[in-house]
Amino acid sequence: MDKGKAVMGTGRRWAVDFSDQSTVPSSRDILDPPGFSRASPEQDDSATSRQKKDAEANWKLQKAWEVAQSPFKNLMMMGFMMWMAGNTVHLFSIGITFSALWQPISALQSVGKIFEPFKDNKVELLMPKLLFLALNLGGLALGIWKLNTLGLLPTHASDWVSSLPPPQEVEHSGGGFVFH
Amino acid sequence: MAMAIRFTLLLLLFLSSAIVSFSLYEDQVGLMDWHQRYIGKVKHAVFHTQKTGRKRVIVSTEENVVASLDLRHGEIFWRHVLGTNDAIDGVDIALGKYVITLSSEGSALRAWNLPDGQMVWETSLHGAQHSKSLLSVPTNLKVDKAYPILVFGGGYLHAVSAIDGEVLWKKDFTAEGFEVQRVLQPPGSSIIYVLGFVNSSEAVVYQIDSKSGEVVAQKNMAFPAGFSGEISSVSSDKVVVLDSTRSILVTIGFLDGDISFQKTSISDLVEDSGKAEILSPLLSNMLAVKVNKRTIFVRVGGEGKLEVVDSLSDETAMSDSLPVADDQVAFASVHHEGSKIHLMVKLVDDLDTVLLRESIQMDQHRGRVHKVFINNYIRTDRSNGFRALIVMEDHSLLLLQQGAIVWSREEGLASVTDVTTAELPVEKDGVSVAKVEHTLFDWLKGHMLKLKGTLLLASPEDVAAIQEMRMKSSGRNKLTRDHNGFRKLFIALTRAGKLFALHTGDGRIVWSMLLNSPSKSETCERPSGISLYQWQVPHHHAMDENPSVLVVGRCGSDSSAPGVLSFVDVYTGKEISSSDMGHSVVQVMPLPFTDSTEQRLHLIADTNGHVHLYPKTSEALSIFQHEFQNVYWYTVEADEGIIRGHAMKSSCSSETADEYCFTTRELWTVVFPSESEKVISTLTRKPNEVVHTQAKVNTDQDLLYKYVSRNLLFVATVSPKGAGEIGSATPEESTLVVYLIDTITGRILHRLSHQGCQGPVHAVFSENWVVYHYFNLRAHKYEVTVVEIYDQSRAENKNVWKLVLGKHNLTAPISSYSRPEVFTKSQSYFFAQSVKTIAVTSTAKGITSKQLLIGTIGDQILALDKRFVDPRRTLNPSQAEKEEGIIPLTDSLPIIPQSYITHSLKVEGLRGIVTAPAKLESTTHVFAYGVDLFYTRLAPSKTYDSLTDDFSYALLLITIVALVAAIYITWVLSEKKELSEKWR
Repeated sequence: MDKGKAVMGTGRRWAVDFSDQSTVPSSRDILDPPGFSRASPEQDDSATSRQKKDAEANWKLQKAWEVAQSPFKNLMMMGFMMWMAGNTVHLFSIGITFSALWQPISALQSVGKIFEPFKDNKVELLMPKLLFLALNLGGLALGIWKLNTLGLLPTHASDWVSSLPPPQEVEHSGGGFVFH
Repeated sequence: MAMAIRFTLLLLLFLSSAIVSFSLYEDQVGLMDWHQRYIGKVKHAVFHTQKTGRKRVIVSTEENVVASLDLRHGEIFWRHVLGTNDAIDGVDIALGKYVITLSSEGSALRAWNLPDGQMVWETSLHGAQHSKSLLSVPTNLKVDKAYPILVFGGGYLHAVSAIDGEVLWKKDFTAEGFEVQRVLQPPGSSIIYVLGFVNSSEAVVYQIDSKSGEVVAQKNMAFPAGFSGEISSVSSDKVVVLDSTRSILVTIGFLDGDISFQKTSISDLVEDSGKAEILSPLLSNMLAVKVNKRTIFVRVGGEGKLEVVDSLSDETAMSDSLPVADDQVAFASVHHEGSKIHLMVKLVDDLDTVLLRESIQMDQHRGRVHKVFINNYIRTDRSNGFRALIVMEDHSLLLLQQGAIVWSREEGLASVTDVTTAELPVEKDGVSVAKVEHTLFDWLKGHMLKLKGTLLLASPEDVAAIQEMRMKSSGRNKLTRDHNGFRKLFIALTRAGKLFALHTGDGRIVWSMLLNSPSKSETCERPSGISLYQWQVPHHHAMDENPSVLVVGRCGSDSSAPGVLSFVDVYTGKEISSSDMGHSVVQVMPLPFTDSTEQRLHLIADTNGHVHLYPKTSEALSIFQHEFQNVYWYTVEADEGIIRGHAMKSSCSSETADEYCFTTRELWTVVFPSESEKVISTLTRKPNEVVHTQAKVNTDQDLLYKYVSRNLLFVATVSPKGAGEIGSATPEESTLVVYLIDTITGRILHRLSHQGCQGPVHAVFSENWVVYHYFNLRAHKYEVTVVEIYDQSRAENKNVWKLVLGKHNLTAPISSYSRPEVFTKSQSYFFAQSVKTIAVTSTAKGITSKQLLIGTIGDQILALDKRFVDPRRTLNPSQAEKEEGIIPLTDSLPIIPQSYITHSLKVEGLRGIVTAPAKLESTTHVFAYGVDLFYTRLAPSKTYDSLTDDFSYALLLITIVALVAAIYITWVLSEKKELSEKWR
C-alpha cells in the first residue's frame, strides 16, 4: 500500500490543471461556443438573484419536507414486514425487529447531517426536523412494541421472579423409616 | 470433479450433524459409560475340568446368580440372574453336560447347557409346604435310559430325568412331616436310601426303588432328645448329627436299613466343652466340629466310634473332601497368620500327610476366608496339583494356584447398599496441559486423524487409532479434579461392610476398605454398614482438608445393637477415626449446617427417643443450640401406620453426662386407619438438590409459585388387602392413597386417592413435584401419576414495578407455621413397563431440564423427559403452548428405544440409580447398581454449554487458515487490479 502511494505521491514530475477558472475569453486559445455566456451569477442584477434565491429556498424547504416525510414510507414498510414476521422468536423476526430498531436510531443520530444540504438562513427547518424526529420515534416505538410482543422485554412479573432463588426455610426436619 | 464430490460430502455431513440426535452412535459406546458384570458372593462351586478344552467352574451365589467362570482368567463365560425370590439351593453337573440348579425352596429345577448356558429344560415341582430343599445328582444311577435326579422340596421327593426334565416319579412325605436330610445311593444298587427326621425327634430311613419310587422298606427309630443343626454324612451308611442340647454327637448308622444310634458326648472328646456346631464340609469318615472357637476333626470309626484326630484354630476355612488318586481323599484348609494365608491340602485318612502347603500374601482389606473349594489336576510329572477357589469376608472370589493368586473378582460390588459421591484432589502445580496432551505434533496428528474420520476418509487402522485415542483422550482416567467435574469418585458401601471408591472415568477401584470395629469385641468384630453420608466436603475455606465420608454401622442385626461410626478419608481410603457410639442407631439426619472445617452436623437418633449430635465439638454444639428450636425429626412406623413428628426438648444431661445428647418431645402424629390403609412407601426430596427458581412461567406469562420445601414427605398407603402381589386383590378391594405431609407441623397438604389401584409404588420427588408408578387393577395396566404443588399465598406477587424495585418478600425465609396455602395439579398416564426404581437427573445449578430415569423390569434404564409428565399437557395445546414445548396429551407415556441410556446393556438385578451433578451445568452423572454396575454421563438438554468431544478443532483451524489466506490473496489481487486501473 505504502509503496503504491509513494509511486503516486512523490514520483510526480509534472501536472496539467484542467480546471481553468479564468473568465476572460482572451486568455484562452479556444473561443467560447456561440450562445455561451461566461457571465457569473454575481454579475446578474439583484432582482433576478433574489427571485432565484427564493425559488431555491422554496425548493430546499420542499425537499426538506420530503426528506422529513420519508421515514413514513419506511414505517409502513416496517409495519408490513413485522406483520409478516409473526410473533414467534426466530431468525427472521429478530432480524426485522432489530433493523426496525436500528434504522430510527441511526436516523436520529444523523438528523443534522441529513438536513445539512437544506441548511439556509431563509429556510425554516425546525418543523421538518420535528416531523422527521416524530416519525423516527414512531418507528422506534414500533420496533420496541414488536420486541415486546416477541417477549424480549422484561415487562412481566415472570421476568423478574425467575432469577430469584427459592426462599430459605426456617425449620429443618429429617427422619423417615427406622433402620432395620 | 473430485473436489466437487468432496465438497458435497462435506455439506451432507454438516447437514446431517445439524439434526439433533437423542441416542448415541455405535462407536460412542464406552466413551462415557462403563459397565461391570458381577455375580455376588459364591455359595456353591462345582469344577468342570475333566475334559480337555476350557476349564471352568460353575458357581451359584447369594445374589441368585448361576454362572460359569473361566478358570484361567476368572471371566464370566455365561451367567443367569434368577429373580430376587428365586434363591438357589443347590447346583450340580449332570451327565457331564448339563448344569442343574434347584431354586425357590426346591420348586424350580432347571438344566442349563454347560458350554453356552442356554436353558435345556425347566421343571416346576409343586410342593405343599415349606421345607428345606435338597438336590442330589447320583453319578451312576440309570433307570430305563433315564438318569434320575433326586430332589426333595416342599414335602415331596421327586425323581426327575436329567435328559428332558420329566418327572419319573414322586413320593409324598407331607403327611408324616418327614424332612429328608440325606439321599444316599450305594454303588451298584438300584435301591436308594433316604434318611430324614420326623419332627426332629425320630430318624426314618426309607429304602426306595429308584425305578418306580416304591418304598421297599422303612425303618424308624425315635430319639427323644431331639436333633438339631447340621447333619454330616461321613460314609455311605453313617451320618453324624448333634442332639438338641448341642453337646452330644449322635452317629446314626443305617446299614441294610437297620438304624442304630451311638451317642458320644463332646465332653468326652475335648476337655473344655461347650455348645458344638457341625461344620458343613463333607469329609469321608470324618467330621469337623466347632467347639469353643476351635475346630476339631473327629474320625468316625468302623463301629461308630469317635476319636479326635486334630484340632485347629477357629479362623480356619475348610473345603469338602476331594478324591485324589489311589482311592485317597483330600481336603483343603485355609487359615490366617498375620497378613498371610496358609493353604494346606491334607489327606483325610492321614492328617499328617500334607499334599500341598502354600503361603500367600493377602490384602488385609479382604478379611477372613469364608469358603474354600478345591480342585485337583495332574501335573506333567504325574503328581497331583491343586487349585483352590476361596471366598473372602468381603465377598471377593480368588483362585489360588501354585502359591499365587491367579485371579480375583471383587464380588462385594454385586451387593452395593448405599452410594455417595466425592471429589478428586485438585491438580497440583507443575502438571501442565502440555504434558497431558503430549506434544503439539501429537495433538495435531490426533486431530488430523479425527478430521479424516469425519470426512469418511479413514482406513480401518485409522478408525481403530481414533477409537483408542478417544478412550485415552481428555485424561478421563486421571486421579485429579477436572474443570468440567466429569472425574469424580463414587463411594459404594457393600453388604459385606466394605467401602469401594470407583472412578467415573473407567470404573476402576481406586481404593477399598473393610470396616473395622474400633472395640474389636467378640460380638462385633466386623460391624455391618448401614448407610453412608458425606461428612466433610471442603470447598471454601477448608481447602487443605481432605474430604471424608461417614459410615454408620451397627454391631449386630438387632435395631437396639450399639452403633459404630467410621470416618474415611476419600483421597487416601484410610480410616481417619472410628468410634463406638455407645447407643443404638435408628435414624441418621444430616443437618443443613457445617462447622468451620466444613464438617456437616449430623443428628443420630436412638431407640430411646434421644438424639445425639455429631461431631462432638463445642463449635458444633453452639451451632446446633443456635438452631435448636428449628430442628425437628419424624419417624415412620410402617407396621403401626403412624407417622410421628418430634421437636427438640432439652439436653439430656439430667440422665447422662453427655452434653451432646438431647431429648425430644412428640409434636404431632398422623395415624392411618389400620383397617383401610397400610403405609407402603415414603419419600422426601434429596437434601442436596439445587433448585434454580421458585417461579413457573406459563404460556401467557402467567406466574405460578412452586412450593419448594425440603420438609415435605410423600406417603403412599394401600388397603391391607391390596398390599400383596399384583392381582391378589380385586379392584373394589384395593385403593391407593397418596399424601403430601409437612414434616414440621404434620399438616396434610394434599391427599389423592386412586380407586382400584395397588402397589408397589415407586416414586421420585424433586423440586415441587412427585412422580409415582403403581398398578391400576381396573385397566390392568401400570400407571404413572405426576403431582405438582404450588404456593397460592405468594401468587399476589405479580406487580412488575414492585418486583423491579425489590419490594417483595419472595426471598424472605419462610416457616411452615405460616400455613402457606397450596394447590396441586396432577395428571395420570399409562405406562407399559413394570418398574424397579425411579430416579431423576440432578445438575449443579438446577437450570437444565430434568429427565426421569426409570429402571425397568428388564434391568435397563429409560430416560424420560419431565415434559412427558407435565400436568399442563392437554389434548390440543395452543400454538403458544406448543412453542413452549408442551406435548399433546396421550393416554400412555412413550417408550422410545433410543432413550434407553443403558443402550444394549443390562444392569442385572437393578436395585438403585444414583445421580450426581457435574460442574458443567448441562451434565449429570448416573450410576446404577444391582448385581452389575453401570455408569454414564447424561446431558438432559444436550451439551449446550460445551463443544462435544468429537468436535473437529482441526477443521476449525483449517477453515480459519484458509479464510486468512483467501483474504490475503484477494487483497493482493485487488491491489494489483487497482494499480493497473490507475495506470490505464
